[in-house]
Amino acid sequence: MMKAADLDAIRAIITRAKRWDLIFSVLGILSLMLGILTFVVLFIDMAIQGVPRLSYDFFTSFPSRRAENAGILSAWVGTILVMLVTALSAVPLGVAAGVYLEEYAPKNWMTDIIEINISNLAGIPSIVYGLLALGLFVYYFGFGQSILTAGLTLALLILPVIIVATREAIRAIPQSIHEGSYACGATTWQTVSDHILPYSSAGILTGVIIGMARAIGETAPIITIGALTFIAFLPTPPFAGDPPAGMFDWIFAPFTVMPIQMFNWTSRPEAAFTLNAAAAGFVLVFMTLAMNGLAIYLRYQLRKNIKW
Amino acid sequence: MVNPMQIPSTGLAAGVEGAVLKADVRDLDFYYGAFHALKRVSMPIHDHMVTALIGPSGCGKSTLLRCFNRMHDLYPGNKYAGGGIVFYPDNTNLLAPDVDPIEVRMRISMVFQKPNPFPKSIYENVAYSLRVRGMRNKNELDDRVESALKGAALWNEVSNRLKELGANLSGGQQQRLCIARALASDPEIILFDEPTSALDPIATASIEELIIELKEKVTILIVTHNMQQAARISDYTAYMYLGEMVEFGVTDQIFIKPQKKATEDYITGRFG
Repeated sequence: MMKAADLDAIRAIITRAKRWDLIFSVLGILSLMLGILTFVVLFIDMAIQGVPRLSYDFFTSFPSRRAENAGILSAWVGTILVMLVTALSAVPLGVAAGVYLEEYAPKNWMTDIIEINISNLAGIPSIVYGLLALGLFVYYFGFGQSILTAGLTLALLILPVIIVATREAIRAIPQSIHEGSYACGATTWQTVSDHILPYSSAGILTGVIIGMARAIGETAPIITIGALTFIAFLPTPPFAGDPPAGMFDWIFAPFTVMPIQMFNWTSRPEAAFTLNAAAAGFVLVFMTLAMNGLAIYLRYQLRKNIKW
Repeated sequence: MVNPMQIPSTGLAAGVEGAVLKADVRDLDFYYGAFHALKRVSMPIHDHMVTALIGPSGCGKSTLLRCFNRMHDLYPGNKYAGGGIVFYPDNTNLLAPDVDPIEVRMRISMVFQKPNPFPKSIYENVAYSLRVRGMRNKNELDDRVESALKGAALWNEVSNRLKELGANLSGGQQQRLCIARALASDPEIILFDEPTSALDPIATASIEELIIELKEKVTILIVTHNMQQAARISDYTAYMYLGEMVEFGVTDQIFIKPQKKATEDYITGRFG
């Protein structure tokens, strides 16, 4: 039987030890608040300024010298088209590279070097990608200052994110599933296409969306490759115009994107343009949140049937 | 790798009346990197018999089992360093570099320690080993899946829920699903790597019963931690220690009258 005095001593020790739980949780909440509150304040401020500017006309008008007539038509269309090119080029490349590194590549010093450098690529300032793209896509390949150039530039930028996400998603698949497939007599490709890709698609998708959310807000590389800041026309839709455009003529069209439109407006002296910038910023944040929401929904749908 | 004909026979083939050799491990050496995991291991595997591998953890029994379907080929640094596994009736050395590991795995299937159904339906789990063999005909697949599930004593429990996820089954049912998957492709040997260590006693009993039934159809090699299990279900038993084959023999003889002191110590629980 324990003596009361011992019990008191034990309780005192527990109370003292638990003090750190309290201190840490207070610190944790403060750090969390710092991040969330800053965003909330910024977002509310932007919403207060920008939301009154949002109207049907704002989405369907081209930029204008008069702030009250200016809209974001060319910017949001440009952003969506650039994102389309980015996704269509970065996803297959990134997933293929990730699958290769995880499933096929021999494990030796060369793959080690490649591995380290993929992580390094993710840390390279985006303007460097802009410079690379200016030399490579704009001049060397002659794609010009087009949607294609912008899409490919952003694809390069987010490629490391997608590769890393793909590899992590594949590594999350238990070794036993992997071995189970091979034990059935599957080839590597059968294992990849029947098991690895289907089971890792939720994780890959998350990485893709994180990458796209980063790309959608990128300004520096897009300015570097020479996106226009004032653009009062849309790319020709496929098979439209006279003479009729081809299916993919739009990818060579000049363009602008949301962050550039915002950047342009904030650099104007008139206060009314600042309101436009806030409104465009609100739309951009909304686009990003919508993408994340879609990712969460798709991930939930894909994971429903995956249980180890 | 040596030509099978050049590897001398183990001379251990004799034993149970009427036993026919299915495979013969001859002087097999295996390395994990620099670690010498199997040291000149030799043992015969008899057709339509259950052969059990016993021994303390780390003795190399799972390593030996995984040589049979070339599972080691999946990881870098693993090396078959000498000897081989001669497979009958075609007299192939399973470990020869010119033998495709996929071909080996198509002939020798495996059931793992922890049930590992794919996150697919019950039907697709069993059908998978047929699909990798290019079977596309729906009726044929249906028939083969049904007979594999019957063979694994699972059909009655799942026949009306074939579209459900394999993971929704209980642990014992999942393991029988994995046995059905291993059985569907009509293999020559099924390898069992401690198949009941993650199961409760009732599920264990049903798997053991199933293994005894299965030897009508297929040759069985099983690794087990449980000596009673080896005694209950196997015809032959091999005792391994520190990467070496200490003793191989007919199960009754190994358990009642082992030839070596080390085997006796392990079996009677004085060691391990």
